[in-house]
Amino acid sequence: MSFWFWHGLRKGIQTTRYPRRMEVALGVSPGRPINTRFATPEEAQLAAEICPTDAIVAHGKSTFVNHGKCVHCQLCLRSLRSPMDWETGYEWTHLPANQRESFPLPTAFSKSMHIMVVDAGDCGACLHEVKQLNNPLYNMHRLGFFMTATPRSADLLLVVGPVSESMRGPLLKTWEAMPTSRKVIAVGSCAISGGVFGKSFMCAGGVGSVLPVDFEVPGNPPPPLAILHGLLVVAGRKSVKIPEPISEGRP
Amino acid sequence: MTTHSSPMVRGNIAGLADLRGSIVERFGTQVSQFRADGNFILTLSLTELNALPALSRFFFWEHSCLFGGIIAEEHPRNWQIHYTFLLLGAGWINVELSMPLEATILPSIVAEVHAADWHEREVEDLFGIHFENHPRLGDFVLHDQIWREGIDPMRKSFAARRPQLERKVDLEWQPLLIVGDPGSFAMPIGPVYEGGIGESLHFLLETVGEDVIRAAPRLFYNYRAVEKIAEGRSILDALLLAERFAATSAFAHSFAFCLAAERIAGVDVPPRAVALRVLLAELERLRHHAGAIAAICESTALAVSAAQASIIEEQLLRASCAFADHRYLFGLNTPGGLNRDFTSEQCETLLLAVDKAEKDLRVLEKRLRFSSSFLDRLEDVGVVTRENARDLNLVGPIGRASAQSCDLRKACPYSGYGRHGFEVPYETEGDGYARLRVLFAEAVQSTRLIHQAIDKLEEGPVRVSCEVSRPGFALGWAEAPRGAALHWLRVDEKGMVERYRAITPSFNNWLGFHVAAEDFAFQDFPIILATFGLSGTECDR
Ligand code: SF4
Repeated sequence: MSFWFWHGLRKGIQTTRYPRRMEVALGVSPGRPINTRFATPEEAQLAAEICPTDAIVAHGKSTFVNHGKCVHCQLCLRSLRSPMDWETGYEWTHLPANQRESFPLPTAFSKSMHIMVVDAGDCGACLHEVKQLNNPLYNMHRLGFFMTATPRSADLLLVVGPVSESMRGPLLKTWEAMPTSRKVIAVGSCAISGGVFGKSFMCAGGVGSVLPVDFEVPGNPPPPLAILHGLLVVAGRKSVKIPEPISEGRP
Repeated sequence: MTTHSSPMVRGNIAGLADLRGSIVERFGTQVSQFRADGNFILTLSLTELNALPALSRFFFWEHSCLFGGIIAEEHPRNWQIHYTFLLLGAGWINVELSMPLEATILPSIVAEVHAADWHEREVEDLFGIHFENHPRLGDFVLHDQIWREGIDPMRKSFAARRPQLERKVDLEWQPLLIVGDPGSFAMPIGPVYEGGIGESLHFLLETVGEDVIRAAPRLFYNYRAVEKIAEGRSILDALLLAERFAATSAFAHSFAFCLAAERIAGVDVPPRAVALRVLLAELERLRHHAGAIAAICESTALAVSAAQASIIEEQLLRASCAFADHRYLFGLNTPGGLNRDFTSEQCETLLLAVDKAEKDLRVLEKRLRFSSSFLDRLEDVGVVTRENARDLNLVGPIGRASAQSCDLRKACPYSGYGRHGFEVPYETEGDGYARLRVLFAEAVQSTRLIHQAIDKLEEGPVRVSCEVSRPGFALGWAEAPRGAALHWLRVDEKGMVERYRAITPSFNNWLGFHVAAEDFAFQDFPIILATFGLSGTECDR
């Protein structure tokens, strides 16, 4: 059985250099649509109309994307004569809408953070991407991030899914059992806005309507590096990008 | 490794005409109206409700049909309930019955077809139709500690978009326990998982100490009422839901959904899209199986193998993303074909990644075969016998590890699978190791199919217009990575969804989990769970 040892050694280090360097391997991120300026207002209007979740708002010739609502159906990329611009990065963590600032955990936690993950009705994709962080290619342990099994020792509550009615209770109980210095991060469009499921008798339509949320990682699902960026933001080792505001009255 | 290449037809199935003849002989006037409609080879209307159990028995046991599921529909004046069976190698059979809305009692078929157990419980919970002689109804999809009895969310009169205010938590509620020995107790696991990252599943391990006597899953924590909120939406909007309720098999489910929509519209998908769909579906299966293998390795705490398997999985996720711009293949299927085309260079690049993954998986399999401590933990663990698997109608790799070789790609080919050459590997031991071997063998077959699909790629469009502007219904099916997936779709004259029903392999197979999780040592629980590899969210919808 010692061959496993040699097998492992022979494979060498395959872990990403992120956050020290940006990861550029193909396929680490599906990218996402970004605010676009079209040649005519009609084109902008068409882009807004094609989006099934109203994530695109048109104003004049410009369109603004509400990433918390985007479900990555790619219609605005493939089914428009003049498609939306598309970015390829993954540092997407932002503040919840209507929230001006959120504070990261105190610096004492920045090199060792324990994370409690709760699946509150997600489709499996976001949860799966969170799991990938334990994959040797991402290996979040090297950054001092650990998944924990008990809320008592957790610093961060990571929630995926739109909060199904049956998970509302368990989610709240988990949150209440955590020390009050806790932070909450909502991962995925469903956790931010309800995504395709929206608000219904069985769905709270986002973590924000159940708990106070500190940071949000948009994406459907956000790729592992986007989630890692979110964790680094909570640990105070990366800063959030202040997004361009999506307001109707923008010039 | 045992394989076979023709659909295994269990029992003696003569032609369809003979089947009709024997139904008439046995059931006389209790059934009427033989016709072929929608995409059923045979639709029977039942005139005598009490004949239902005998008729189910006739199909399931005497003609070795696969039990598809129960689909209940509420029409303005009546109920229409469909019981679907797959005659292997021939096609789907629909036994339908209709009764006035005031009548809410049906005979249960559970005594004859155990596989119908959860289907009946779900219909009872969501529609309020009672099944006579069913051993256990209530507390299923809607958990009794939060929902009072009498709420039937799938009824048309129920407003889905209104939050439920009258809901309150009943602290007195107790789960039903079966083991009554002195000193026995139930150990709860979940729904917020103790092991770190897991889906919201809840298990009650009934134990008297070290050994667990019985493990009952309690699911539907992720129930988001996808079927309810799809009603009244356009087909394209409902497709978003079909694709996103279970992301690890998103392509297979959107595939089955689109097949149903295309059948209603009477549209034929262009050959290029047919081949590309096979390619993408097999890519998803390959990736899923790599992930399932990684989970099994992880559950046995063989760290290096788990790491290697999960690297293979991540490389396939990246290859999918580089190929189709989404790691989980969202946004590709659309009624009428695919949303995008691929160049031959893209296909070549994908092939490289797929071949590499296959090679790595073969190396991994070989090493695992020589890891005795690993094998010790899988062999004879979580055994599902051939009889149990048949009885409970287990599908997918789990069924195939217990000699149930039904695979919709062979048993009822769709989307050009009939033209491809591949095998359906199966095993007979039914233990954890057999399930692992099936996963490895299927991954190899998927690579084969991807090669064939690319070889057979014709030039041409990948999409035709698919407007649904007349009322109709259809069943779409696909062999998802975890087994048979059925999507039933009925649309009204405006092309809006009237009823959508997704019958998923996880829903089918969770029913059989308790057979594998009986009388086992506590530390084997994660292993049994991982070798089953079921998804809670795919079951819950
Ligand atoms: S990808 Fe789809 S959901 Fe996202 S902005 Fe574009 S159209 Fe809207």
